[in-house]
Amino acid sequence: MLNTELNIAAPDDFYEALVALHRDLTPEQNQLVNARLILLLANHIGDATVLRQAMARSREGINPVGQDATLRATA
Amino acid sequence: MDGSLAERVDYQALVLPYARSPDQDAPRPVRHPVVIVGAGPVGLAAAIDLAQQGIRVVLLDDDDRLSTGSRAICFAKRTLEIFDRLGCGGRMVEKGITWNRGKVFFREDPVYSFDLLPEAGHRRPAFVNLQQYYVEGFLLERAQALPLIDLRWKNRVTGLQSREDGVLLEVETPEGGYRLQADWLVAADGSRSAVRKILGLESKGQTFRDRFLIADVRMDAPFPAERWFWFDPPFHPNQSVLLHQQPDGIWRIDFQLGWDADPVAERQPERVIPRVQALLGPEVRFELEWVSVYTFSCLRMDRFCHGRVLFAGDSAHGVSPFGARGANGGVQDAENLAWKLALVVEGRAPESLLDSYDAERVHAAEENILNSTRSTDFITPKNEASRAFRDAALGLARDCAFARRLVNSGRLSLPSTYRDSTLNTPDSDAFDGPMRPGAPAIDAPVLVRGEEGWFLSQIEHGGFTLLCFGETAPDALPGTGGIPLRPLLVVSAGTAPREAVGLPVIKDADGLLAQRYDARPGTTYLLRPDQHVAARWRRCEPALVHSALARATGQG
Repeated sequence: MLNTELNIAAPDDFYEALVALHRDLTPEQNQLVNARLILLLANHIGDATVLRQAMARSREGINPVGQDATLRATA
Repeated sequence: MDGSLAERVDYQALVLPYARSPDQDAPRPVRHPVVIVGAGPVGLAAAIDLAQQGIRVVLLDDDDRLSTGSRAICFAKRTLEIFDRLGCGGRMVEKGITWNRGKVFFREDPVYSFDLLPEAGHRRPAFVNLQQYYVEGFLLERAQALPLIDLRWKNRVTGLQSREDGVLLEVETPEGGYRLQADWLVAADGSRSAVRKILGLESKGQTFRDRFLIADVRMDAPFPAERWFWFDPPFHPNQSVLLHQQPDGIWRIDFQLGWDADPVAERQPERVIPRVQALLGPEVRFELEWVSVYTFSCLRMDRFCHGRVLFAGDSAHGVSPFGARGANGGVQDAENLAWKLALVVEGRAPESLLDSYDAERVHAAEENILNSTRSTDFITPKNEASRAFRDAALGLARDCAFARRLVNSGRLSLPSTYRDSTLNTPDSDAFDGPMRPGAPAIDAPVLVRGEEGWFLSQIEHGGFTLLCFGETAPDALPGTGGIPLRPLLVVSAGTAPREAVGLPVIKDADGLLAQRYDARPGTTYLLRPDQHVAARWRRCEPALVHSALARATGQG
């Protein structure tokens, strides 16, 4: 079960470190660092239910306006 | 035919002559039990399998040549085991390049390697690489040795009427058209299936916005017989490259080009040669053997059975090449279909048995499409975020074990376990290990009359097998209601089987068979003609075997 109550001992310290992690990076570098961080944390958590709940929660309220690069195929 | 003679055949140049069939002069359309359209790997495998089970087959092909270019080159262990049963596995393995190992590189560094067959005690390797024209050539020579197969080249299906009890075909030949009736039609006519089009049916899915260049080159090169895959290498930045060895000193090199690449310009030698040279280094000399630029799709038909028309292979489903799941999946379709169709044609099983072909192979196609789509999504990221995750996984892979398992350059073909098949009898006894109902039988070394052999070779007879572990034969064997059932007793090494046992006996030389099947004395398996498990018990009870056999043949 995804815990959305406060679970971090020093939240301001954590938040500062998270922002500092991205200092002086280009958007592309930011994205790569975030991706690595997500993979490391996801593997540490491990629990598939928690991971899926976190993924669903993070996507809540966001309506896609982009377009992925696939085409419908009919043969 | 021996290997040395076979090597002299240029299968790509072989012209297979059209010959007039007496059917073309018949006053009325001649009726055949089974007509197969398409003499590729799938159609040929289905024809051989049916003929081996005593069914007459007409095999139509619109061309007079085998595969042009190497095309499918990776043939998986399970497919080789099927070819063994079809009488040509040895030739495939002898000619093919055996490999079990893959390596993945990110930029300059190796990040991940895998061994696809980490344990000993299997007759066949995880994969052999072999050009599709050899596979078709060996299958063709096997088919030509079977008098029940009537091969007709330059016979193009142009029309088709589906009826309750069969199909009426219109066939065009160099000498004009004729009509033909089939009780059952197998459409193994490839991704652009004419049969599918004539029936107005569709195969649907997605196309990936990317282009790839295949260059087959002939060279002497010091690379090992391994699958090498690069993400973003210095010699081909921002794209992926795959290198793979084939027989006859030919190497498959697959360059990712991106969606914007010009497919016509990219196949010109002046474009291809520098790309290859960049990979090999300036000193390596090579010749271009075959070049092709392609895009790919993952798609399938909703159902593979449409009345008396049964779709198999690329006509029914398509995958991207990463994972070698196209030809392998297709040959596995053919094997699933052949024994069922044989029983139905002979009137030993109801037509509804073929519903299980649809269910089992749609399930397998979904599995293949899922794996192929995941690999393609990794290799060809669909958006910036998926590219970032891919690069993150690759970047972490060198130092973090978990990330190596996320790197996906192709999840290579494995046979499907038909977990939920209605042909399975669910376990009533406790078992460990992978040999659950629906699973394909695993091989193991055995002794047969004192000679070293392989387990799967003992169950190649085309019927069901009742595999009994123990020192003595079961008290009574079940009645089979016309379904071929062959008992086979497995004794452990060191026991002298009693002469009077009256059953074929194999010895479990290294105890691996019992280990892989989680068997104890009394353990009994019912194996289908396609070597998948139908049922298993801790004791051989004739009544249970009887009902499992009925269930596995659509009569349960």
